[in-house]
Amino acid sequence: MGRLRSLLIPGVDKKLLVRDAVKVMPDLARRRFIAGGASLGALTLLTGCNVSDSFSAEDMLKKISKFNDAVQAAIFNPNALAPEFSESAITKPFPFNAYYDLDDAPTVDGKAWKFEVRGLVDNKKSWTLEELYKLPQVKQVTRHICVEGWSAIGSWTGTPLRDFLKLVGADTRAKYCWFQCADSEGYNSPLDMETALHPQTQMTFKFADEILPRAYGYPMKIRVPTKLGFKNPKYVISMEVTNEYKGGYWEDQGYNSFSGS
Amino acid sequence: MSSLMSSLAASDERAVPTPAKVIQPAWVRTVHWINAVAMILMIMSGWQIYNASPLFGFLKFSKSITLGDWLGGALLWHFAAMWLLMVNGLVYLALGIATGRFRNKLLPITPSGVISDARAALTGHLSHDDLTRYNYVQKLLYAGIIVVGVVIVLSGLSIWKPVQLQWLTALFGGYDVARFVHFFCMAAIVAFLVVHVALAVLVPKSLRAMIIGR
Repeated sequence: MGRLRSLLIPGVDKKLLVRDAVKVMPDLARRRFIAGGASLGALTLLTGCNVSDSFSAEDMLKKISKFNDAVQAAIFNPNALAPEFSESAITKPFPFNAYYDLDDAPTVDGKAWKFEVRGLVDNKKSWTLEELYKLPQVKQVTRHICVEGWSAIGSWTGTPLRDFLKLVGADTRAKYCWFQCADSEGYNSPLDMETALHPQTQMTFKFADEILPRAYGYPMKIRVPTKLGFKNPKYVISMEVTNEYKGGYWEDQGYNSFSGS
Repeated sequence: MSSLMSSLAASDERAVPTPAKVIQPAWVRTVHWINAVAMILMIMSGWQIYNASPLFGFLKFSKSITLGDWLGGALLWHFAAMWLLMVNGLVYLALGIATGRFRNKLLPITPSGVISDARAALTGHLSHDDLTRYNYVQKLLYAGIIVVGVVIVLSGLSIWKPVQLQWLTALFGGYDVARFVHFFCMAAIVAFLVVHVALAVLVPKSLRAMIIGR
């Protein structure tokens, strides 16, 4: 810049003179800009096209969701307990949530109901409600978190699933406990075995110290406070211990299967 | 006089120009644009997720600006793009610290500097002659947005894993509060985006520098 300054003619605008001089030089900068701009345009084209509708985008997203299953399983700490709260923290009223209205919620006859136990277990006998009520029960006051984002604190009482699995001689090296429900579309959900064996995973018979109301899953719900709400099936009628991934009501529609909290 | 003439004559012969200083190195530009894409995917899918259970009754995002069509789709996008955002973000933070770029470009930030540069900007007197140096407003906003970026990721992790990362969720004041933190960080980022894009358009050579580096 010093050399240029010594060349300046008094009265001539410094900036205009330099600009004119620059124009005379080969415009490598402009050529570079176009090359850079072209690749940016290609990127815009790529993201601007309707990728979300195309088959391969959905495919890729589902593959990543499967990868996320593995990551979540890896970071799942079987000893980490979901935070517990005092009774005063219970959300009142506790929300009803399902893919149907409360009017269409299943009405199960508790006297006729039997819990079917299937798959990789020693004892495949089915259980009546009366028999299940006799098992030792624990209470938890934990946060129910819906995949939608809202949450509510509730009180659930029941038998730890891992105790029941031991009782029926389930193969705890198997991959899943797959639950089926009494609603009209056959709600079902797979539970990975590690989570099934978590101390707070529960076969629930009571809500807030009262027999589970119809709204909250009478006669039995599986409470899993280490997962999102849709992995806590209501109106459960059977369980299959299996190594096969059998899908789930929401999982089949693209919701992440592990869905751990 | 004659020296001036000979100098101009020399330039007529297509002399090779001295290369302009590199304002934005290649790694900065790469990380910047990847982040732009990742951020937009996160924000748009995030808006669709928000719609499933709005934090504010009066606010719902139009489907024309959300990504994912429905909650399930939006979640797939959100938990996919998060990898791009995280990996790219960590590369940016690591290189920014290791190369000394953060220290050189973003510090120091002084209150008096910010006030005087803000005043100059608002009255149209802020110079953009030397793009290799950020003014105080830029330094504040760029450093600030990095902090917001870190907080939005941490708050996101805390609402994704409130049991596995319960210490983090507790740090944010619990699950419900963490949701609001996540939302307000998004709002801050969107506000930054509006200003950032507007100014890049108003000072096009800065946009050019972020594309070709000079």
